[in-house]
Amino acid sequence: MTNMHIGQDFVPPDVEGKVTGDAKYVEDFRREGMVFARLLTSPMASARIVNIDASEALRMDGVLGILTAQDLPPSAPPENPMLALEYVTYIGQPILAIAAISDDIAENALDRIAIDYERRDFVTDPLVSLTEGGPDAYPEGNAMVAVVQEEYDENADVEGSITPVKWPAAEVEKFRNGREPEGVTFTGGWEYGDLEAQFAEADVIIEESFVTAGTPNHSMEPRSSMVYWENGKCYFYGSSQSQSAVNEGLAAMLGIEPENLCFINENTGGGFGSKGRTYPTMGVAGYFSRLLNRPIQLRITREEEFFIGVSRPGMQGWIKTGVRNDGTITAVDLIIVSDGGPSGRDSASSSAGHISVLYQPDAMRLRNIPIFTNTAPKGAQRGPGQNEMAVVLAPIIDKVAKAVNMDRVEFRRVNAPNSDSGIYERQGPMTSAFAAEAITKGAEQFDWQAKINQPRRRGNKVIGIGIGQGYHGAGGYGYDGLIRILPSGRILLHSGAGNLGTYSYAATVRAAAEVLQCSWENCEIVRGSTDLHLPNSSAQGGSNTTFTHTRTNYAAGMDAVNKLKEIAAAELGGVAEDYDIADERVFRISDSAVGLSYAEAAQKAIEMGGRYSGAEYPDDIHPITQRAVQGIAGTGLVGVAKDNLPQRGTPPGINVGFAEIELDLDTGKYEILNYLSVADCGTVVHPKGFSQQMHGGGVWGFGMAGTERHVYDPQNGLPANIGFYQSKPSTILDVPATMATTSVDIPDPINPIGARGIGEPSMGCAAAAVVSAISDALDGHVFNRAPITSDMIVNHVAQNGYGPQALKLNTF
Amino acid sequence: MNTRISRRHFIKGVIYSSTALASGTGYYLANAQSTSPPGAAERLISIEVNGRTRRVDVMPQETLSYTLRNRLNLTGTKVACNRGECGACTVMVDDTALYACSLLTQQVKGKSITTVEGLRAANGTLHPVQQAFIEELSPQCGFCTPGQVVSAAALLMANPNPTREEARQALSGNLCRCGAYDHYLNGVMRAAELIS
Repeated sequence: MTNMHIGQDFVPPDVEGKVTGDAKYVEDFRREGMVFARLLTSPMASARIVNIDASEALRMDGVLGILTAQDLPPSAPPENPMLALEYVTYIGQPILAIAAISDDIAENALDRIAIDYERRDFVTDPLVSLTEGGPDAYPEGNAMVAVVQEEYDENADVEGSITPVKWPAAEVEKFRNGREPEGVTFTGGWEYGDLEAQFAEADVIIEESFVTAGTPNHSMEPRSSMVYWENGKCYFYGSSQSQSAVNEGLAAMLGIEPENLCFINENTGGGFGSKGRTYPTMGVAGYFSRLLNRPIQLRITREEEFFIGVSRPGMQGWIKTGVRNDGTITAVDLIIVSDGGPSGRDSASSSAGHISVLYQPDAMRLRNIPIFTNTAPKGAQRGPGQNEMAVVLAPIIDKVAKAVNMDRVEFRRVNAPNSDSGIYERQGPMTSAFAAEAITKGAEQFDWQAKINQPRRRGNKVIGIGIGQGYHGAGGYGYDGLIRILPSGRILLHSGAGNLGTYSYAATVRAAAEVLQCSWENCEIVRGSTDLHLPNSSAQGGSNTTFTHTRTNYAAGMDAVNKLKEIAAAELGGVAEDYDIADERVFRISDSAVGLSYAEAAQKAIEMGGRYSGAEYPDDIHPITQRAVQGIAGTGLVGVAKDNLPQRGTPPGINVGFAEIELDLDTGKYEILNYLSVADCGTVVHPKGFSQQMHGGGVWGFGMAGTERHVYDPQNGLPANIGFYQSKPSTILDVPATMATTSVDIPDPINPIGARGIGEPSMGCAAAAVVSAISDALDGHVFNRAPITSDMIVNHVAQNGYGPQALKLNTF
Repeated sequence: MNTRISRRHFIKGVIYSSTALASGTGYYLANAQSTSPPGAAERLISIEVNGRTRRVDVMPQETLSYTLRNRLNLTGTKVACNRGECGACTVMVDDTALYACSLLTQQVKGKSITTVEGLRAANGTLHPVQQAFIEELSPQCGFCTPGQVVSAAALLMANPNPTREEARQALSGNLCRCGAYDHYLNGVMRAAELIS
């Protein structure tokens, strides 16, 4: 049966506002009496604040006050504080905020504030800090013993304590030169299988080092906030990927009960992991507004966004891979030293997970340690862990395949996961997986064999052909869905999902419309403000919204359908099972003329009250959803339910990318001639949205492969890239004029409409495919580093020996 | 102590020194009388925005994006970088697409400005680019979209039947961090069809 809504294109209701300029982002909102706040940030990578003198600034006409850490609840490292108290640990760290009647006055007042600093040693390269005698980013040390999370949450703050960890210089030197360090300390890791036995099974063992750069998230909209308080309630306009998932954390940050917070988030100009939940400057805006009792806009500039806008941690690593002659991988041993920045973010487990999922080694070990540095704070970025592993691993996997004389596509297909495969250290199940099918479909559509057999050399240019894979866990369980049918017949679909630009907030509520078999024109999506009564939702990150919230909306839709049938039975006789729905009517199966319109049933629901009108609700729904139902009770037929549908492990998002490049050996530049991506994401819910995520992820991947990276001046700790073009996201001229994408299109059995998410692995597969193609163009050379920049290619071609550069990080 | 060196600081320095107003802050300037001292830039100027003549009181160092957003409440023009890198603030000045963050309002005195809000017909009908961008689901997060719309509209004004490569070149000054380029190009080509 053809679906009415699932798998069909539609126009999300926020698109028109985006093309007309009517769509409002945080800085577009105004409030009577609103004042403007700006941040004073650290000019030093590491220092102690000796004294702050703001007296001259406070004497300026129009200046209203300052906010310092003294005005805020205390926080202890490694928690990223709202404002620095005694120590600053990175350039750009907020120290205080100042408010004035205009943005210009606030900016000018910043220049009148004198701060005395006591300089401290700083460090930008984790291995420098890890070496005996090396500087520590914090007075307390350079590494963190983290509290292990029950369930991994990429948006959660890292909790633990800081301690100094040092490796003997000789072991660091071994590590820098691509060998396994021995007798050294790690603070994390996991293992499964018999590693030693499985390496003994291998016919070929290959060891490689690797380095990946940190990269800024570069959201187009800086994370400004606008806040006001009324009668003890906080109205907060925030730039966030998520809607309902922000409420409890932000309320806790502001020291209020969640019911006293209204979070408004109609549109968000990008987040890519950096705006999944609350962030420190939200607290600055909230407390400052309360202190001054004025509406405040805290404007974050581009430069500030570079520093506080979160970035992907760089990695320094070593990998040992064992493989049989039939191409199956027996064992992988992995070491990752992560650049935790001042926030201690470490995605090593996810990086290792990428390998465990896509290559299915019989045994595997991860040993890792995140090291604090005085670089920009690290956090989640599109496919955290997995994508940086994908980009640096692809040429290594190509080398392993070559070692056993196997085609690169075939090698990946031999090791590909299926629905019975285990993943990560627990070797737990996935909902389903059809990676081999994706590889096969892609290879055929890309015409892999013809492409690798074509003549490669064209003068000073050479053709490279590459394949890459991406993976991300893409979905969760147990959130709530909420819909409402009004006596007018209008159907309101309440979405607690954030609007981060993927349109998943809209695509997922269509699962409820599908269940109700109603016209889309008669539906209205309710979203964007807590006061509009929105259900509890997952954070919008980790590609999870599609899987997670098609389930919640399906559950809410089913609850509404059951209530429609019960109301019809109560009104017209018989039992609920005697009734069915179609054309926005509930009718008797034996005589379709006997029935009620949805509008009539909604009126009856109000009259019947109880669970039909929302006066009562299930015990297991989240307090956020309970408050939402309380707010709409008595206005119509309320469908509300927690997702208690069957569960089975992790829903995987799996992607395969194929790239053809033309590389200029004289300049080191290359053009991507063709790019194809194939998704194993179950049923495609929204075809144009799917295409957007596949292509957009591809563009991100191209940047990761070649142009995006943190660079710091090692002498002064100054970042060399605070704008868009010094860590350059791909422009329209850097990507193919057309990009092809398709899907395996096999429904996932654990999702009621068959869908899984895909937004993050679409990046990893593209990055991996491009670096695989670069390596292919250079006769299989492995740079052991990402991104691969033009100068690296030119130096390699000129036989200048450009390699992993002794694992140096955060430098050219 | 604030070591940030922004384009805004730079422009401010230049204007202050060239207009002999170096002793004042922005606040003092904002409260100065409209009658400018000899040699200073005129404060009260006329610009034509979306077909209407607007009298605005602008500071000498004020960028066009600031004037549009903060004095005329035309918040469709977005500021993402404020340093001429991304194109989110693109507007048309006498039918040419330019970065509003990198123009002083004083520079466009007497010129015709079209922002994204000015592209709709008087009866509310969407501009073909806007209509096509909706049909092709061109935006993702939407923050760069107003700039993309204006750049595309400027292209089609000068060249109603562009090739895909010409459209690509015309949009090359507009960064999209979401990577929606393919969909934007589809939108431009569809808009050209709508116009023809």
